[in-house]
Formats: sequence, structure tokens, C-alpha cells
Amino acid sequence: MSGNMAFAIELFGQGVANGLMYSLVALGFVLIYKATDAINFAQGEFVMIAGIVISALASAAYEFPLWLALFAGLIFMVVFNIALERVVLRPLIGRPIVAIIMATIGLAFILRGIGPMVFGAAPRGLKLPIEDFPIIIGPFFFTPIQLLGAGISIIFLVIFGWFFLKTRKGIAMRAVADSHQVSGAMGINVERYFALAWVMAGIVAMLGGVLWGSASGVDTQLALVGLKVFPVVILGGLDSIIGVIVGGIIIGVAEALAAGFIDPYVGGGTKDFTPYVLMIIMLMIRPYGLLGRKLIERI
Amino acid sequence: MLQINNIEVMYNNVVLVLRGISLEAKEGKITTVLGANGAGKTTTLKAISGLLRPERGDITRGNITFAGERIDSLAGFEIVKKGIVQVFEGRRVFVNLTGDENLIAGGHIEPSTAEMNRRKDMVYEYFPRIKERRNIRSGYYSGGEQQMLAIGRALMSNPKMVLLDEPSLGLAPMIVEEIFNIIKRLNEEQGVTILLVEQNATLALAYADYGYVMENGSIVMEGEAAALRNNSDIQEFYLGISEGGEKKSYRDVKTYRRRKRWLS
Repeated sequence: MSGNMAFAIELFGQGVANGLMYSLVALGFVLIYKATDAINFAQGEFVMIAGIVISALASAAYEFPLWLALFAGLIFMVVFNIALERVVLRPLIGRPIVAIIMATIGLAFILRGIGPMVFGAAPRGLKLPIEDFPIIIGPFFFTPIQLLGAGISIIFLVIFGWFFLKTRKGIAMRAVADSHQVSGAMGINVERYFALAWVMAGIVAMLGGVLWGSASGVDTQLALVGLKVFPVVILGGLDSIIGVIVGGIIIGVAEALAAGFIDPYVGGGTKDFTPYVLMIIMLMIRPYGLLGRKLIERI
Repeated sequence: MLQINNIEVMYNNVVLVLRGISLEAKEGKITTVLGANGAGKTTTLKAISGLLRPERGDITRGNITFAGERIDSLAGFEIVKKGIVQVFEGRRVFVNLTGDENLIAGGHIEPSTAEMNRRKDMVYEYFPRIKERRNIRSGYYSGGEQQMLAIGRALMSNPKMVLLDEPSLGLAPMIVEEIFNIIKRLNEEQGVTILLVEQNATLALAYADYGYVMENGSIVMEGEAAALRNNSDIQEFYLGISEGGEKKSYRDVKTYRRRKRWLS
């Protein structure tokens, strides 16, 4: 029994570390939702494109030094997202939300096609200059990339949380999300804030691409981390940054426990759908998530 | 200060909402625009504050000048920088932001945070109720508090002129009086020019210096507020007093219709 317990604790640690990396990807989704009210189904593909670009530049074909490849990847994602916002999303402002959802789903598939077309479909590694040895902290057992990922996730989640709550620009961005028309009438340049949200989502996607890419390799499968975004944000709350952390950790842990305890009995597979079971349960009991804002209805 | 010269506004290139209206709001005064639903009052305000375009409206003739400068082709967020800010009908506070954050968002165009904080203190002085509840999400405020917050938020941009769209809508008479007294104080103490759109003519004419009456997209009457209060047509159609000084009854509806047609 104690063996089981130790195993559970170890899985828990793994789950938290992976979950925080999910949080980072989900953060990109939440940033866009908070500012523009648009639901972006292509966040996973952003992560994939960032991973593909960086690993291709760092590979033998281009021979960029790693720091330059990372920097180029960052610039690429910023420019790419600004262009995307300007060309695809901005004309859809004010249309029904379904139009935006469909447009981003379309975008997701286009990116999945174009990425390999330009940079080749062969899976690549993305090697960060860190040793690959296990780190043991108390009962927990991590790989260095997991700790790095968790650390970077926490740092960025804190930075963005602070940005939205404490800075004037962050407050203006939340005002924009609340009402485009009224915030425009307050002298806020709404379109500039939309662009800013997409830029921030691009930066987050780049980080996600690097971390997930170096943890599990880079090919179109990398886009699948985007699918985990939905259970994370539904659990945490669509517009809450703290919710993203909480949701990410819950999903990561649930996944790890399902993989460790249920999968051996049923022959695998539960790891992949457990997050969605939690998501549906959450939608039934608390549709706005653990920490999301409740719609205020005044009578 | 603000001059509207014979503007026409069309929606969707087909619906003519304003049929050549002209009006002026004098510096430091309260000017009111009266009229029933659908007369074009709100459209007039939106034409000034640059908010027509997102609603597919367009000024097809005439122009608007503010302090001698044409402003009719500017976008909404640029108008604010010129010193005109609109308080929307139905309050429209940012419900997910606290009162304090609403004010910060309202002061967005002020580059200096120290100056922005100074203005916030000024707003809190005028609206002590908002100060008390400043850390609560404004979605939970009462209607009167939301209206106060909406006015306070508009003041954050340090406006020369505030456009108020039906601030009395849906509020209890006591709260309305409190709010109008504060508006009057702001006008007198801060020298803010006010353009007030109202359906409640009694109220608006009690506080305003000058008034216009709109019907069907045209100005049908204008004058000093005191003169309008004593005008027999205004008394009959907008203040609900008939010539004998009694309230109207349904028996008079026929004459009301006939005379009203003549008026517009």
C-alpha cells in the first residue's frame, strides 16, 4: 500500500509539472479571450508553428545558434500574430461568436498544413542546453525540462496576472473586453489592444513551443497540446489567470493519475480522455469554472 | 464651443435619421436636447462623439466644429482627446471591473499616473458613495451608483465637454435629483460644458440654461430654458400641463394630435 502511495505522490509531482506547462499554453487562449472575447481554437497550432520554426532554424539546414533561433522564433510569432489579427480576426469583430470560432478552426488546419510544407514534415528534436538527468526533490522525481517548464510557466503567469490587475494598460485591456464601444468612447484605442493581446498570445505560444518541443519533439503532433487547453480553461474559468494555473495543475495531475492507476487495468487510453470527463462535469456544475467571472445579472 | 451645422445622418446609406439639424452648446453652460423616443437625440450625441461609424451610420451633410476645429471625421477615441466625452444611455459601466478600475480605464488618455490619481480623488470627492464601494465590482452597484460611476469615469478624461445621454433613465426620483445636483455642481465648479439629452423635460429645463426640442430628426423649437418652460406648446406636449393649468385627459387627445402635427 505504501508503495502505491509513493507512486501516487510521484505521479502527482509529474502531473503538477506537466500541468503548469499546460497552463502556459492555456494562458495564450485566456489572454485573447480576456481582451477580445474571441475563442481561439488555433492556440495549439501556434505552439506547433513556433516549435517548427525554432527547431528548423536551429537544425542542420539553417545552423542558427540556439539563442538566435529562439529570438527569431519570438519575432516570428509576434509578427505572425499581428498579421493574423489584422487579416483574419479584425474583419470579424462584431460578427457572431460562431464566425470567429469557425475562422480559428479553419486557421488551425491551415497552419497544420503550411508548417510542414515550408519546413518539412520530418519530426525534429529541439535540444535545449540542459542535461538530461533526473532531479529528485523529496518524494518527487522530475526531468530538468519539466522543472524549467514549470518555472517559466509560473513566472509568466505571475507577470501576466500582475499586468491585468495592477497596470493601467492591463486594466484598459479588461475594459476593452468588457465593452468595445464604451472603452473606445473612453479614448482607448480598441484595435491596438486587440493587437497587443495577440502579440502576448504569440509570445506565450513561442514559450510553449520551446518547452513542449524539447520535452516531446517537434512535429505536427505538437499541436495536440492545444486540445488540453479546453479542459484547463473550462476548469479554471475562461478569463481567470489564477484559474489557468489551478486548471492546469488539476488536468496535469488527473492525467498522470489516470495513466498510472487506471491505464494498466484497461489497457491504456484513459489518460487522454480523463481531462475531458472533468471538463464536462465542470460544465454541468459550474459553467464559469472554479475561478471564472460569474455573469452578473441584475434584475 | 460646440457647433453642429446642418448635419444629416444616414444609417446603412438609406435610413435618414437626422434631417439637417443645427445646434450650439455654449462654453460653460448646460444645453439640453429634449424629445421623445426615436426623435434622434442619441444619434446626435453619437455624431458628435464619433460613434456612428461602428453602427454603419454616416454624416452625409453638414459639419461639426469644436472650439473652432472640425471634428466630424474623427474616430471615437480621438474625439476624447479633443476634450469631449460621452456618458452612455443606460450607464454602461465596465461591470467586471471595480469602481476604481472603471475610473482608471476612464483616465486612459492621461499619460501621467500622478495626474490620473489626482483626478480620481476629485471624482471621489464628488461621488463619496463610489469611493466607499470602489473595490467592489461595478456590476453589483445599484443603478444610481452606476450612473454616478459612469459620470465620474467620463470626468477622468479631463473633458471640456460632457455629453449626457438620459442620465435619469430608470432611476428613482430622489437619486435623479442627487445626480442632477452633482452635474450642476460640476458645471459650475469645474466649468465643464454639458450637453444633456433627456426625455424628462421638467427635470432638464430646471437645470439647463438653453434647450432644443427635437422631433423626427429635426429641431422644432429652441430657446432659453426659462422661456421654454413658459412656452405653452412645451407645457402641453412635454410638461403635461394644459392651457388651463390642469393635467391633460384622454378627451383632449384629438386636439393634441392635431396640434402636434402642426408643431413639427
